[in-house]
Amino acid sequence: MKRLLDEPALRSLARGCAVLGTGGGGDPHIGLLLALQALAEVGPTELVDLDDLPADALIMPCGMVGAPTVHIEKIENGDEGAVLRDHLERLTGRTVAALMPAEIGGSNGLLPLTWAGRMGLPVVDADGMGRAFPLIPQVTMHLAGIDPNPGVMTDERGNVLVFSAVSGEWMERLERAAAVEFGGAGAATEYIMTVGQARDGAAVRGTFTLAIDIGDALTGAVGDPIAALVSVTGGFPLMTGKVTDVERRTTKGFVRGSVVVEGLGDDAGRLLRLEIQNENLVALEQGRVLASVPDLITVLDSETADAIPTERVRYGHRVTVIAMACAPVWRSPFGLEMAGPRAFGYDFDYVPVEELASVRA
Amino acid sequence: MSALDYRLGIDVGGTNTDAVILDRADQVLAKAKVPTTRDVTGGIVAALDAVIGGSEVDKSRITHAMLGTTHATNAVLERRKLHRVAVIRIGAPATLGVRPMFGWPADLTAVVSAGATIVAGGIEFDGKDLSPFDDDAVAAFLGSVAGRCDGVAITSVFAPVSPRHELLAAEIVKRELGEVPVSLSHEIGSVGLLERENATILNAALAGVAGDVARALGEALAAHDLSPVTFFAQNDGTLMALDHALRYPVLTIGSGPANSIRGAAFLTGRTDALVADVGGTSTDVGVLVNGFPRESSQGVEIGGIRTNFRMPDLVTIALGGGTVLFDDDGAARLGPESVGYRLMDEALIFGGSTPTLTDSAVATGRALLGDPSLVESARPLLEAASLASDIELADAIDRVKTAKGDLTLIAVGGGSILIPAELPGVSEVIRPDHFDAANAIGAAIASVSGQVDRIFHFGPGGRKAALDEASQEARDHAVAAGADPGTVQIVELEEIPLAYLTSPAVRIRAKAAGALGGLYAYSPSQH
Repeated sequence: MKRLLDEPALRSLARGCAVLGTGGGGDPHIGLLLALQALAEVGPTELVDLDDLPADALIMPCGMVGAPTVHIEKIENGDEGAVLRDHLERLTGRTVAALMPAEIGGSNGLLPLTWAGRMGLPVVDADGMGRAFPLIPQVTMHLAGIDPNPGVMTDERGNVLVFSAVSGEWMERLERAAAVEFGGAGAATEYIMTVGQARDGAAVRGTFTLAIDIGDALTGAVGDPIAALVSVTGGFPLMTGKVTDVERRTTKGFVRGSVVVEGLGDDAGRLLRLEIQNENLVALEQGRVLASVPDLITVLDSETADAIPTERVRYGHRVTVIAMACAPVWRSPFGLEMAGPRAFGYDFDYVPVEELASVRA
Repeated sequence: MSALDYRLGIDVGGTNTDAVILDRADQVLAKAKVPTTRDVTGGIVAALDAVIGGSEVDKSRITHAMLGTTHATNAVLERRKLHRVAVIRIGAPATLGVRPMFGWPADLTAVVSAGATIVAGGIEFDGKDLSPFDDDAVAAFLGSVAGRCDGVAITSVFAPVSPRHELLAAEIVKRELGEVPVSLSHEIGSVGLLERENATILNAALAGVAGDVARALGEALAAHDLSPVTFFAQNDGTLMALDHALRYPVLTIGSGPANSIRGAAFLTGRTDALVADVGGTSTDVGVLVNGFPRESSQGVEIGGIRTNFRMPDLVTIALGGGTVLFDDDGAARLGPESVGYRLMDEALIFGGSTPTLTDSAVATGRALLGDPSLVESARPLLEAASLASDIELADAIDRVKTAKGDLTLIAVGGGSILIPAELPGVSEVIRPDHFDAANAIGAAIASVSGQVDRIFHFGPGGRKAALDEASQEARDHAVAAGADPGTVQIVELEEIPLAYLTSPAVRIRAKAAGALGGLYAYSPSQH
């Protein structure tokens, strides 16, 4: 399967990346503009399936590390990916065959396809999360035991740093520190792998197609866009209502807080509470967990079904909260250790969203 | 500046243009309402003629004229009378992936753009140079557009942290092109490069519009042998002197709703409340905080372009006095069509044949207008429509709030007779005298503001020093805009922490306001 990403596909992709961003990952709007300008200048980027590439071909996972505030001001030039690729090839003596976003959620889902298009490479229909997470080792490559090294980081000027870290956690610490010197954000690659490794479970497959399908469903929906979204994702609507309380604080650079949604219509009388740390992490009702990480929880505008980033949720917003099952690999013991409720400081065990839903029903 | 005596306030709305004359004690001496015309200027002249000609007011005592107008918005929407702008972005090698005006509607770009460039330079988040400023590239670009541009828009990466590269570029413009109007992004918008750049380009494109309006108003006033000092209303509900308006015309966009909110505060003496401004076609629900309109934290789209300059935070619904009612198999459908200023001919109560929300207000006993007996034939539809309108209004009120709890609602605007005495989420509804001219009165309130919205890094003095610096800058700006230094107060001071950044920096928004000309003491409530 090969597909050329034209303008309608890119616009749908941006909406889908916002939904899969679970409230975090940055606004995909600038990512969309970067992709549209690249489309106008160099033509469409090719989206390929992992089965279309040889098993020993090299995949470069990549994205931006740092502050979204910097991303909306110091916009990328579009060639950061080529700098990463050139250094990676020099370091490894191997040729990069395709790019892949480390995370499909938010603005990072779109950037790699711009980079790939500008260097004439395809992007693979996969990513390293199937959603958005805040930390570098919270990727499926890490779960599969792929070496994070060599890590390479660059900025728009062409400064390059190469990292050799003893663990994914150290890669996170070192790259985060470097991002500050680069001016708050930098382009990065780590966890390079072969197509064979990606096929064997080191990547979440089909997430570009899923994001585009989500966007298409929202854009083309006749009548209820939420229903269209649920049908394309197999998701679970948790509650439709109105935001009645938002508590948000920024500590050490991370947004933490909670949002209370009061049920309307069929959900009148219900009260849902969302716990937030950059992304939406846990949905609770009367102390009962309705859904939690690593499953996806997204807050949608009830009217347009557009995903609402955590920093834009406000009192009075009419929203529908939906949950979607995460990639199965996140439900393994190692997956939960890296990104389950306890990894984010919550003291309860993970139960898959579909089980929680069937108990309620 | 001539001693302040009578003030003439004019505000242009979507349906009507309103004018008032206030005396020094803020009493309304005369008011007039005329239909807004397509060219806007015609309506302004007619309102002026009506308010001066239709009253016994001694017009020679009018010393000040305040105008809130939609000229700028219309110019953008209609792509008329816009200046050709040379666009300079300072930020290479960053930002090349999205060029200036990328994604703009093609017809607007064709009218506005005299060429664009991205030169090396710009600022990092922490205040350091992103790359060395390339003055030669700026000069070379200006050489290529000389004679083809009416103005220059300059936007540097992280100008809200430091404007120094924008200021350097402005000097080069002066050297190369002489006295061409220059718009600098740090004076227009906040963090968010593309939105701020868009707002800056629009500001440069609108430079001619403000001048045209000022000239038209001056001529209309001269026809009455008047030459008052003229001010423009801006979108935070305060005034700017003519020279300021000529430099920042984009800030007049959104002044109408801001004027209504300020007028509502003035007429009731309240400083904190909800305000519903019901016009002929639509209703704006906004929030009065400490005497000023609450500002939107989100960007606004103007003519298909994303911008991020300050605007009043509003929820707008398509309900107004002229909203046409339809019977959809027994259910009432409200508009969005409106009879607009033809209400006096078309509404049932005035002998017309179109059921409107004004007829509903009469049928439900909320207003006594026209011939109430004429509503009887349509009573079921009118009552159902009234119910539906109340639900929509209550919904809008709930959306504009930021927290639970009942608040006072001030109802203003010609269509505010639609608003019931009780609404969910509202503790009381106040409909002040002169409610129908609140917007023009809001324009005539003589207060002037200055604002700062940028990123501050905590130096040796820490947080307090940064807040003090922001406050002082806001005061200075207010005085520069024409406020009496003795009356200037800080009316808003807000810190916004920046997500994902660990360094001790914060975005600070500070606003200062004071009385115009210093002739009477400023207080937020005005009473």
